[in-house]
Amino acid sequence: METIKLVYPVEGGDLIEAGEASSKMKLTLKKLGLPQDVIRRASICMYEGEINMVIHADGGQAEVEIDPGQIRICMTDTGPGIPDVQQAMQEGFSTAGQTARELGFGAGMGLPNIKRYSDEMHIDTQLGKGTTVTVLIKIPQ
Amino acid sequence: MQLSQIRDILKARVLCGEDHLDREVFSACGSDFMSDVLAFVKNQALLLTGLVNPQVVRTADMVEMKCIVFVRGKVPSQEIVDLARERDIVVMTCAKRMYEACGLLYSKGLRGNCDGDD
Ligand SMILES: Nc1ncnc2c1ncn2[C@@H]1O[C@H](COP(=O)(O)OP(=O)(O)OP(=O)(O)O)[C@@H](O)[C@H]1O
Ligand SMILES: [Mg+2]
Repeated sequence: METIKLVYPVEGGDLIEAGEASSKMKLTLKKLGLPQDVIRRASICMYEGEINMVIHADGGQAEVEIDPGQIRICMTDTGPGIPDVQQAMQEGFSTAGQTARELGFGAGMGLPNIKRYSDEMHIDTQLGKGTTVTVLIKIPQ
Repeated sequence: MQLSQIRDILKARVLCGEDHLDREVFSACGSDFMSDVLAFVKNQALLLTGLVNPQVVRTADMVEMKCIVFVRGKVPSQEIVDLARERDIVVMTCAKRMYEACGLLYSKGLRGNCDGDD
C-alpha cells in the first residue's frame, strides 16, 4: 500500500456540522479494510481534535496520512493557542463556553481521550498564532 | 441484551431501526457529555442520553454504538433520526429519567463494564 494522504478542511463556528470530517475519514478507513480497533481509535482522536478546532479555534484543517504501519493525523488551526498545555491535558480542565456545554462538550476530556487512544501525541502551540495537534496510531501487522 | 428487551424494559418508543431489534448490546453508557462517551469504548454498546443534537449521533458513531436511547421524553428531530439511520444506529425515546432508565437496565443485567469495575 502506498501512502494515502487526505485533507479535510474544518469550518469554524458551526458546532452542529462539526464532526463531518471525522465521519468521512472513518468511512475511508473502513473502505481500506483497516482493523476495527485502529479505525475506532483514529476516529475518536480525529473527532476530539476536530471539535476542539471548532469550539476553541474557529476551525482549521486536518491532514491524515495512512501508511502500511501507521495513521498520522495532523490537526492545525490558527486560533488563540493554548496558554498552559500541561493544564489543558488534565482531565476536567475546560474553557468551553455555554453554547458548547449545551451541546455536550466541555467535560475537559477531549485531549486526555486523544492521549489515551493514540500511540503518540504532540501539541505544538503558540499564543495568538495557533495550535497543531499531531496524533499517531500504529497499525498492528 | 436484545434491543427489543431494552425497548420493553424502558417502555421506549422506537424512532428508527424497527427491523433491527434482534440486535444485541453487551454494555451501556449513560452520559450528557460527549467526551465522557468517547472515553467509554466497548463493543456493541448502548448510549443513554438526555442531550438531543446531531453531535450525539456523530459521537455514538465514532465508537460504533448500536443504539441511542433519549431519556426524559426527549424526541430528536427528523434530521437527527435520519443521521442515525444512515449510520445504522437504532434510536429510541423513553419518558424515564436518566437515573431510572440506567437503574432499570442495570438491574436486569446490562452492566457498564467500565475500567475498574465488574
Ligand atoms: N485547538 C485548540 N485551540 C485552543 N485551545 C484549545 C484547543 N484544544 C484544546 N484547547 C484548550 O484545552 C482545553 C482542554 O481541551 P479538551 O478537549 O481536553 O476539553 P474541552 O474541549 O474543553 O471539553 P471536551 O473535549 O471534554 O468536550 C480546552 O478547554 C481549551 O482551553
Ligand atoms: Mg475538547
